[in-house]
Amino acid sequence: MKQVQTKRKKSIIPGFGISMGVSVTMLSLIILIPLASVLAYSFRLSGQEFLELMTRPNVVRAFVTSIGCALAAAVINCIFGTILAWVLVRYEFPGKRLMDGMIELPFALPTAVAGITLTKMYSDTGFLGRAFEKIGIEIAYTKTGIVIAMVFIGIPFVVRAIQPVLEKLPASYEEAAVMLGASRFRIFWKVIFPEIAPALWTGFGLALARGIGEYGSVIYISGNSEKNGTQVVSYIIMQKLNSGNVDYEGAAAIALVLLIISFLMLFIINMIQHIASRRTNV
Amino acid sequence: MKEKNSKAVKWILIGISVIFFLLMLVLPLLEVIYRALWDGIASYQAALTAPNTLSALKVTLIATVIAVAVNTVFGIIASWLLTKFDFRGKNVLSTLIDIPFSISPVIAGLAYIMTFGRTGWAKPLIDGINDALGTDIALVFSVPAVVLATIFVTFPFISREIIPILYAQGRDEEEAAAMMGASGFTIFRKITFPHMKWGLLYGIILCAARAFGEFGAVYAVSKARGKTFTLPLEIDALYMAGSADSITQAFAVSSLLVGMALIMLILKNIVEYRGKRSDI
Repeated sequence: MKQVQTKRKKSIIPGFGISMGVSVTMLSLIILIPLASVLAYSFRLSGQEFLELMTRPNVVRAFVTSIGCALAAAVINCIFGTILAWVLVRYEFPGKRLMDGMIELPFALPTAVAGITLTKMYSDTGFLGRAFEKIGIEIAYTKTGIVIAMVFIGIPFVVRAIQPVLEKLPASYEEAAVMLGASRFRIFWKVIFPEIAPALWTGFGLALARGIGEYGSVIYISGNSEKNGTQVVSYIIMQKLNSGNVDYEGAAAIALVLLIISFLMLFIINMIQHIASRRTNV
Repeated sequence: MKEKNSKAVKWILIGISVIFFLLMLVLPLLEVIYRALWDGIASYQAALTAPNTLSALKVTLIATVIAVAVNTVFGIIASWLLTKFDFRGKNVLSTLIDIPFSISPVIAGLAYIMTFGRTGWAKPLIDGINDALGTDIALVFSVPAVVLATIFVTFPFISREIIPILYAQGRDEEEAAAMMGASGFTIFRKITFPHMKWGLLYGIILCAARAFGEFGAVYAVSKARGKTFTLPLEIDALYMAGSADSITQAFAVSSLLVGMALIMLILKNIVEYRGKRSDI
């Protein structure tokens, strides 16, 4: 009897069958089946060919560049993102609304536009590029340039992850800590940081994932030089689709490894985030 | 003493934020406008009305409109499924929908080439359909391919915005309506839709902004300039041509996309504001 009741309760809202059918069909046609083709293609390589491809110096260097630069950019974004979110939540100052409204510009601005603009700004003909050149720092066509492009596209992820958490965090926490005579640094580290840590990890993970796979905003400022190690993985994949000797199997194999690395990193970050959020909720 | 100290910290933090904001977000916009107008208004206009630019604008709009339409339908149906019903594999389904968030757009383009391309396994299938219907549809290196790649990268954008809203709203109202005999469509129109309205609009804006700016995925499946190129691809072609003139033209076309991006940002802020107000 009870079973019948629960069954009836489950199906009282209509439309389960059709919404399930449509969702799964669309998901399969648009996402899953094409991705399965990548998997199938990469298996056309033998184990030995696969290893040989993955240990090629330019491929290894591209993975190091993509992951290294994305990590550096995500860390920078966490620092500036926390400051920006803090300033936007806690302080009043002229231009605050404008700043808040424009944080998502990197989501809305096409990556190719961001790419060519940043390149021109930081190259030797650009205003910032010349300024940095005078103090002996080259940005365009180096790894520093790649990091700057990844900071640009990643910053909204971190700000928008932390902002809602800070808004909910009562100022009374900090006031209590001040009353007890805690130093500013201690207050941040012991009171505020544990509260925002789970959100910070979320933002870090999203920014990192975006950075590792990024193409449009990076390829212009990177210069794509094999010698300087400024080729990113997305560029290597694209090269295998475009150059005279098209290499679909190779492209699929590198794409597969990139996919696995991205998922592994997201998985690890989710675990850390889970631990961090458990700690604050106890 | 403490008060003074905290004021200093406040202004230092605001200072850092403002400098970061100006350098990273505002300066690039000014740079685009500055370089777009490098050779004067006349050549700016010429760059915007060039046949390649107009063709690219058309393809961009087609891809954006179709991607938004398809993802809206999917977003509504998937969020209905994921928030109103319990079933096995729900978490898996939810994770799979989010795949495009975490993978390189280049892989999306690659996936379509490997499915529908010359050596793709679905090629004979498409050929068969074309033969039977007497059509000549190609799903790589064509406008449909651009549309498909755009749908791929924006796939979760709308469902991700609606799901949390419907989840927070719960199922009681729908269940009550169903108990009283309302049809599925009536329940959706009268109860669910009013709740998700602002979230849906917000998702549509994000989806459109990403759709007209997509580069990596589209670049892989579009090779014919003036036919299947979108605005970002046209910008790439002009920029890579390398002459001073063509680079200025690239920035002129870019200014068009900057304008579209700013409109999306303004719309987003309006929707956010209205949505918050309607919550209260």
